Order: sequence, then C-alpha cells, then structure tokens
Amino acid sequence: MSFYEQCQHLQSHITEEMFREVTAADVQLVLAKDRITAEDYFTLLSPAAEPFLEQMAQKAHQYTVQHYGKTMQLFLPLYVSDYCVNTCKYCSFSIDHVFPRRKLTLEEIEKEAQMIAAKGIQDIILLSGESKLHSSVSYLQETMEVLRHYFSSVGIEIQPLDTNEYEQLVQSGIDSLTVYQEVYNEDVYRDIHVKGPKRHFKYRLDTPERGCQAGMRSVNIGALLGLDDWRKESFITGMHAHYLQNRYLETAISVSFPRIRPNAGSFQPKVEVADLHLVQAMVAFRLFMPRAGITMSTREHPTFRDQIIPLGVTKMSAESSTEVGGYAHPQETQSQFEISDDRSVQDIQRLLRQKGYQPIMKDWQITS
Amino acid sequence: MLKIGDKIIHNRLFTGTGKYNNHQTMRQAIEQSNTEVVTVALRRVDLSGDDTYILNDIPEYIQLMPNTSGARTAEEAVRIARLAKASGLGDWIKIEVIPDHKYLLPDNEETLKATEILVKEGFVVLPYMTPDLMAGKRMEQAGAAAIMPLGSPIGSNRGIRMKEMIRIMIDEIEAPIIVDAGIGKPSEAAEAMEMGADAVLVNTAIATARNPVEMARAFDFAVQAGRIAYESGISSASLQANASSPLTGFLTK
Repeated sequence: MSFYEQCQHLQSHITEEMFREVTAADVQLVLAKDRITAEDYFTLLSPAAEPFLEQMAQKAHQYTVQHYGKTMQLFLPLYVSDYCVNTCKYCSFSIDHVFPRRKLTLEEIEKEAQMIAAKGIQDIILLSGESKLHSSVSYLQETMEVLRHYFSSVGIEIQPLDTNEYEQLVQSGIDSLTVYQEVYNEDVYRDIHVKGPKRHFKYRLDTPERGCQAGMRSVNIGALLGLDDWRKESFITGMHAHYLQNRYLETAISVSFPRIRPNAGSFQPKVEVADLHLVQAMVAFRLFMPRAGITMSTREHPTFRDQIIPLGVTKMSAESSTEVGGYAHPQETQSQFEISDDRSVQDIQRLLRQKGYQPIMKDWQITS
Repeated sequence: MLKIGDKIIHNRLFTGTGKYNNHQTMRQAIEQSNTEVVTVALRRVDLSGDDTYILNDIPEYIQLMPNTSGARTAEEAVRIARLAKASGLGDWIKIEVIPDHKYLLPDNEETLKATEILVKEGFVVLPYMTPDLMAGKRMEQAGAAAIMPLGSPIGSNRGIRMKEMIRIMIDEIEAPIIVDAGIGKPSEAAEAMEMGADAVLVNTAIATARNPVEMARAFDFAVQAGRIAYESGISSASLQANASSPLTGFLTK
C-alpha cells in the first residue's frame, strides 16, 4: 500500500462540481470545530469558504502561534549542480535548454558555504538538477563532510533516490528531504514531464515515503500550483501530508505552496492562482494539520510574503540564489527560476522583528 | 524545601525559552517570574559562533536545564546531552524523547533508557514523560533527580488533563514531581501545586501571552499560592453540611 492508490482514488472521485456544491452553512459548521476531518478540509478549500477567509486566517494564526510561538525559521538554498536529465516544460534546468552546465567542486562548495554562513544562516538545503551521475550519493556525502563544519542542519532537494541511498545520506548527517510532486494529476504530470526518469509518476509520488522510511528528520512536500485545479491539487497535497504523518510519526512533515514563476522556457501556467487562493490553500491546510510546518520560498513577491507571515508560515528563505555558485559569483550562470524577493537576510530579520516575530537561525544540531 | 541534584530551589516555577517573539521579552519574563530554573533546547543554541545566541539573554543566576528537544531515540538524547555538557551548559539535562510529530507525546521506554545512561555519566537527569506510575518509578530507581510528567500534550494549554495519574505519582514517588506541559493558565499551575506537585514548568502560556512579562508574574503568584495552600492542608470539599450524622447519630443518643 502506498499513497498512490489513495491518490488515484481521489483523482477519479473529486470534481470541481463537488467543490461548488459546498454551502456557507457547511463552512460555518467546520469553523465551529476543534479538530477537522478530511471532509472538513475539503469544505474549507471550496469557493463557499472564500467569504470566511478572515475567520480561517485568525484561527490559522492562533494555531501557529500556539505550536510555534511568534518565531520564523530562516534557511537558504545551495545549488550545487544544474545538470539535469529530464525535460520538464516549466523548468529552466531542462535538458533541452542549452547553457553551459556546472557542478561545484568541493572547494567551490566551501566558498559558497562560507558566503552563506557569513550571512548568519545555519540551515540550508542542497539543490541540484536531477542527474544521478552529477549529484550522486557519493558526491553528496563528500559535500556533507565540508558542510558539517558550517551548518547545523542540511537538507536535500535533488532527484528522487531509493531508500537505501537516503539511508546513506542520513548517516552522513543530511536530515531533511524536500521533494515536490509538482502535480498530482497523473495525466497533466505525463504531459509536462516530457522526457527522462521523472516521467515515472509513482516512483516520484512514493519518494517522500522512502525518505521517511530512511529516517529523515523532516520531509517537505508540495504541488507546483498553476499546473492543474489548485483546489484539488491543494487537497491532495494535504491528504498526502496527512498520510505520511499518520504512518511516520517520527518524521516532521511539512508542506510548501509554490506557484509557478517565470523561467527560461515559454511555459505558461494552465491555471492562474490568485493571492486569495494561495492564502486559502495555506490557512485551510493549517486548520487541517495544526502542527505541520509550512515553508515559503523567495518565489513570492516581498509585499505578499510580508503579509502572509502571520498566516501559518513556519519557515522561509531569504536572499536566495537559484544559480549554481551564485553566492560567491552571482549572475554568471542560468538560474533555475526567477526569484521575486531579493532582500538580504538582515532585511528579512529586521522585518520579522518589526512584525513581532523572532527569526530562528538554528533549530537542529548535527550530532552524528 | 525542594532539592534537585545538590541544588536547593526556592521558587517552584520553572520556565522555558521557546516561542518568545524576542529575547528582551524573554529575559524580562524570566526575571519577573522569579524563576530559578530555565530550560533551553540545545538545538536552538548556537555552539559555533562567539554570540552564544539565547544564552546571553538568560540572567546569570539562573540554573540552566538544557533539554534534548528534537531527539527521537534514547541514543539521540544521549548524544545531545553529552554535547550540552561539553559545550559548558552544565550537567543538568531534561530528557525529551519525542518520536511523535502529531501530538508531541514522549516515549517513556526510550526516555528511561536515556535516563539510565546519563545518570551513570553523572548528569542531573530530569525525564519528561507521559504520566505512568511504573515508568516513573523505574526512572526514579535509575537515579532521576526529578520526574516531569506532562499535564496535557505540550503546547496544548489544556490544563491538567492527566490529573489522576499525576496525583498517584505524587503519592507514590519520592523523587520530586514537576508537572510539565499543558498548563495554560495560572489557576491550572495553582491546581497542580495544590495537588502537591513539587514544581511546575510553564513555557507556552507565558511566551505566547499578549503580555508575557505580566503573565510571568501571574504564574509566580499562582505557584506560590498553590504551594502555600498545599502546605496549609486543604480541607476537603463537601456538597452538604456536616452538622448532623444521619447514619451514625443513633449511637450517641
């Protein structure tokens, strides 16, 4: 049994019609509850819930403060390689795009690490294009030997691996796994992931579960909103998180709500996801899973990011470079996507303090 | 008199350092609470830099109680404890082994294992646990300096839902019982103290109050009041007047 069966079931049974059938009275009933079910979560994602967004946001804020306090974890991505074997319509790293590819040497990684650590960041995610040859397990293990001297927590967002490979990475000190399904609609998935191993929908869908089984401390999932109906995609993302958290109590499950950004291709999102809807997706998820983490990247615009800080976000990036080697030598290579928020770590820290939030730079300690 | 390890504690309110929106407020809350023992998660302490982060903002007279937050097994808790000691945070350790991200409930079995190991290594060990008499007794036998049963799931502010189990532990375990987690209001802290708990640990209810500094004072008063009440012998509540003896009155007629 994997989430695949549940995902297929949800895909074939949920229709836009069902979301439209929800009434205001249904929403009010859910908002009066302490603990909400999957059906209730569905209700909160419906159009009928939109007029209740303020009430949902208040509750989401209250839950988040109760479980996390007025704190915000900060992290940065570290891009180590842009070699990729897949063709994905929405991504600049796609194999079809011709640009000089790069993979950092250990010396270069150390320079990047120094630049990031100098900003006061202790929590990073290693990113790469999807290539088992270039971002191999042994390469990541060697990288970790460098990084452990600079950071207290290191995660990965790379090509999906097998359980035993994740186990080796956990042993090397890597403690978190981020892997986005991109889209839970299998037909859309096959359409936009044109070539490469990423076409294997089920293998990718089961990736977070393999990370849990391998002992990752936290696993972060998400759908790239804009590829299909956002209500359905958000609902299945939440159900995926719920599935994982119920089966793997030891792993902290968190969710991101990335929206598609401009990139080197000419791909246009199928669905426009309005700010209002992104907020609805986020606060509905918070009410469904009160303790789960919610991560927000620099994809979003500064003004929007500032406003959603109190709505359930627990972790955000700042001053991110999405190009390989971009901290030591900015603007020299192809970035994976354009970032919208280029404020410095210090700016973000100042902003958080102004809003009455404490920036958390360190939340784990590599002890292995 | 409350003695933990070889330290005499005068104020029975212990506090935490998580969830504050800034360190100045945290420091003031710690000062105003009159607490003498403060727990701090090693995972949040920056051991590498010159700026020791959170530690600079805890008054010097405070007894630090590093905790193993983030540990999912006894082994991880032991590693964190050793690191805390090696980093100069002292030899007190509050063991938190929480392999549950849904309710954040501790694992008593792993906590006991960690207690056994760390007591042998000379730590003053304070295990955080789900109220259970046998588990508590085993932790006491293993040499725990105090036992810290939860009142309700951590951060839930639901009060002393585990009341009956904690009462039994207070009656049957000689080591100090410190009620930790779930206390949402000063009245609930007073309730725990009236029951005979030796101390309470309060974090969320203070740190996330609208005015944490004033709330810290309120908890101080409540804990003192509850303790004085306990020591003064609380008379038992009764629903009806006791003047007559309807069942045994005939004996004296």
